[in-house]
Amino acid sequence: MTTSTVLAQAPGSGLQWTELSIFIVLFLLVSVMGFVASRWKAAESLDHLDEWGLGGRKFGAWITWFLVGGDLYTAYTFVAVPALVFGAGALGFYALPYTVVLYPIVFLPALRMWSVSRSRGYVTPADFVRGRYGSPTLALLIAITGIVATMPYIALQLVGLEAVLRTMGLNGSGIAGHLPLLIAFLVLALYTYQSGLRAPALIAFVKDGLIYVVILVAVFYLPSKLGGWSHIFDVSQEKLQTPDPKTGNPSGSILLTANNQLQYITLALGSALALFLYPHSLTGVLASRGRKVIKRNMIALPAYSFLLGLLALLGYVALTAGVKPITNAATGNADSNTVVPVLFDTQFPSWFAGIAFAAIGIGALVPAAIMSIAAANLWTRNIYKEYLKKDATPGQEAKQAKLASLVVKFGAVAFILFIDPQFSIDLQLIGGVLILQTLPAVAIALYTRWFHRWGLIAGWVVGMAWGVIMLYGIPNPKTGKAHFGGSALALEKLSIFGWHPFSGSAIQIYPGFVALVANLVVAVVVTVIARSLKIFNGTDDTEGTDYHADEHDKDLRAIGAPH
Amino acid sequence: MSGKAAGKVTGLQISPWNLVLLVPLLMLVTPWFNVDKPRFLGMPFFYWFQFVWVIVGVISVAIVYVMTKGKPVVKGKPDRLGDELDEGEVR
Repeated sequence: MTTSTVLAQAPGSGLQWTELSIFIVLFLLVSVMGFVASRWKAAESLDHLDEWGLGGRKFGAWITWFLVGGDLYTAYTFVAVPALVFGAGALGFYALPYTVVLYPIVFLPALRMWSVSRSRGYVTPADFVRGRYGSPTLALLIAITGIVATMPYIALQLVGLEAVLRTMGLNGSGIAGHLPLLIAFLVLALYTYQSGLRAPALIAFVKDGLIYVVILVAVFYLPSKLGGWSHIFDVSQEKLQTPDPKTGNPSGSILLTANNQLQYITLALGSALALFLYPHSLTGVLASRGRKVIKRNMIALPAYSFLLGLLALLGYVALTAGVKPITNAATGNADSNTVVPVLFDTQFPSWFAGIAFAAIGIGALVPAAIMSIAAANLWTRNIYKEYLKKDATPGQEAKQAKLASLVVKFGAVAFILFIDPQFSIDLQLIGGVLILQTLPAVAIALYTRWFHRWGLIAGWVVGMAWGVIMLYGIPNPKTGKAHFGGSALALEKLSIFGWHPFSGSAIQIYPGFVALVANLVVAVVVTVIARSLKIFNGTDDTEGTDYHADEHDKDLRAIGAPH
Repeated sequence: MSGKAAGKVTGLQISPWNLVLLVPLLMLVTPWFNVDKPRFLGMPFFYWFQFVWVIVGVISVAIVYVMTKGKPVVKGKPDRLGDELDEGEVR
């Protein structure tokens, strides 16, 4: 089913030799780079998390730009954002304001996080929470949230990679059908194991370069082929307004409606607040050399936002080109995440489609590597070292993290092999809501220790629970799913212990945002209570000067010093 | 604490220039630009206006970067703490 739809549209049938050859050549190139990377600007030994997990904490502005860009703008983003525009119209364009407001919001906190981590040797956000509140429990909660939110994200990178492999004709059935994916991931796992963060940092140059070329060609070439942007928007509006046979309502609009404006705003803001709470985003920040590198990147990274906005518009291009999303054989529903690969396959000459697919494929490898490193760091620093082997040496920590990165990656592969990919998508949706709940303990704690640690823990529990409950209750009439149907909650469904404060309102909102508000309210209330009862609030390891440390400070902690 | 903090920046560094970082948040007020016309290069106002805001965001962050440059961190000055490098901080 999956195959026939693609191949019927493809220039030939069976294996797409041109596309496949280009893909393999580029894949081999980055694999070699991945292995060689271990010797790139290497210290004497990689046996320390500062080296393996953070690339020696010495990346300059250019490397950081490619690394963080390659990290934040993942293959899944490149596939899912246009798919959302394809399906719902203007709402999917939230990705643009999301990545515009992102950098002004995180500009100052990211600098404080870098400085305190640099001077105290923190490798993960949970390390910081541990030091700030002296609470292994709170740190454990943050670490678990990070790992749980990251795992499905890695699995989604695989979904993107496999979609491309199958479009090129590597579309066997059963376990054998997953073999190309397994091989690609095995290679990735090996060079990440050997080179650590240096591998994705080096490969990111190729990935981002390819992505830029492909997207720029796509947004100039395809509209000229299809009659110009004006025509594309008009046709899209017409198609989006056509009532969906299943729901009887229009599926979307090229402008926001009265009901989804609040959703657009809260989704953009909520996603922006959440992004740098993801452990893999912080890994990119902490790997940089100094505050100046981060500042410059906050100015230069929006170049990717521009790209993402253009890419989102490809959803309309696909609508106009009459792209039919491939039907997922497992669920029987059209998988809209295939619209961009199908668009490239049908509209580009095969040699360029090969480059485009390689861009998406390599675009999946870079974030997958960084995410697995970030999750491995969390495991090693905040669970293994904290609870299992308190006297672990830096060498043992690095060894443990390397092994954990393998486990994490093969866990993600198992996700894809044995569980419906839809489940990963659901989990990633949940993950975004969950990671947002670490904001008070990680981001606000950078500025103040006013919140009591028990307040933070209570807020976390409430935010987590309510966030998941709300997501569980969202149906998707289009696919017939009763639960986890999306991230738009109608205000009328908002229930506080059975009380519906906005009953009758069809206005939609992002549940992660609602959960964060609840989290903060509970954290404030419990903090006030705990403070009035004079409950001990842990000891703070950090000092005021730590938050301003910079690369040239004389008494700065040595890289690779024992923790 | 007092000895270590000598000649260094501690506490919150508040600069009025930091308020410029709030400007890009105006982009979240969707009713301002949720219209089709005028179009630019065939794109509805809703879309090209938000692309323009990418530049507004960049300029805002750049202004804060330039205007607060060099202030918080003491650099290139003689090390008043003496030469004993506080490496390791074994804890």
